[in-house]
Amino acid sequence: MKALGFGMLLCAALLPGTVYATSAQDVRVSQAWLRILPGALPAAGYAVVQNTGSQPIVLTGARSTIYGEVMLHFSSVAGGTSRMRMVDGMPIPAHGMAHLAPGSYHLMLTRALHPVIPGDHVLLTLSFDDGSTLNTTFIARPANAVDAGPDSVTPPATGTTANAALPGTHGAAQDQD
Amino acid sequence: MRHLKWHRNSFHPQLATWLLLAGIALFGAVALGGCQRTAPLPLRLTNITGHMPNLDFALTDDTGKAVTGAEYRGKVVLLYFGYTHCPDVCPLTLAQLHVSMQRLGALAEDTRILFVSVDPARDTPAILKSYVNAFDPRAVGLTGTPRAVEALSKRYRSAYTREPATSDGSYEVSHSSAIYVFDRAGRARVLATPSATQDDLVHDVRLLLNTQANS
Repeated sequence: MKALGFGMLLCAALLPGTVYATSAQDVRVSQAWLRILPGALPAAGYAVVQNTGSQPIVLTGARSTIYGEVMLHFSSVAGGTSRMRMVDGMPIPAHGMAHLAPGSYHLMLTRALHPVIPGDHVLLTLSFDDGSTLNTTFIARPANAVDAGPDSVTPPATGTTANAALPGTHGAAQDQD
Repeated sequence: MRHLKWHRNSFHPQLATWLLLAGIALFGAVALGGCQRTAPLPLRLTNITGHMPNLDFALTDDTGKAVTGAEYRGKVVLLYFGYTHCPDVCPLTLAQLHVSMQRLGALAEDTRILFVSVDPARDTPAILKSYVNAFDPRAVGLTGTPRAVEALSKRYRSAYTREPATSDGSYEVSHSSAIYVFDRAGRARVLATPSATQDDLVHDVRLLLNTQANS
């Protein structure tokens, strides 16, 4: 009985890995951070998400044990107006990367069970379109931070493409005149 | 096709229009220079000098005090419309303004960031105070009656729209993303759009800080 249980467990553990790679296995996350606002105001989550695989991947959302709700949002500036809307996913091209970045795709985290303060490590479970998930530690940063800072738990990936496009970034060229 | 033919055979109406516009611009520049009796400041951002009204409003600051635009005369003011439940773009703008303040060094003490809430229903003075102070000590949160906020927004041809609420009652507010910069005399001088660089903003604010209020 014990051997049978172990055998089943072994099969369950090996099958997905040997036959198909999951999206999560192809994903590398770096520079993951949260912008913490005072009081009960929502936090925002940012990261660089790299896809090392040969198939496109879609980040569909995230869960947290600390925040009651985590939503994937997209900010845009059009005609001089800032807007934010909920989206179903952020595409990550094959052998490419996508950014959860200020003024673009980002996670919005609300209803914190307890106050999160700058320096805290917050574990988020990222989910992908094939149902796979990836646990990632985000570092909490003060409201006026502009990046993950020196204490990032997920440092920049080596060989990062420096000129990667940031679609819809707040500073993107729009309404130049 | 008809348009093309008309364009070719006529007396270059586009050129004539451009010449007229250039003439008006030249006349305007001369007239403005004549009034000020000094060369115009070499501002880099979108120059709105003479095109937008002086800083004026009747709102409540983040300590609960009733304030008008006159409260900030003598300071260079950076006016921005936003709301505290905005977790992405407003903090990005305020964080960038904080970095600009740091770059100004001691000069920043003569600068005020006025963060006007376009969500007065949720943004009380106390919430605004903790919010703006998390970004920069020179930032002041302003709120007021919906009518007073709307009046200030309209004065600077800004706009905001409350989006439909979700099932839990939370909602977003779409709002203009520009930063309006006023000189020490309260005159509107430049507009920083989202595409503006921090270098240009710091350059212009420094220029306005180093210029006498009457020039």
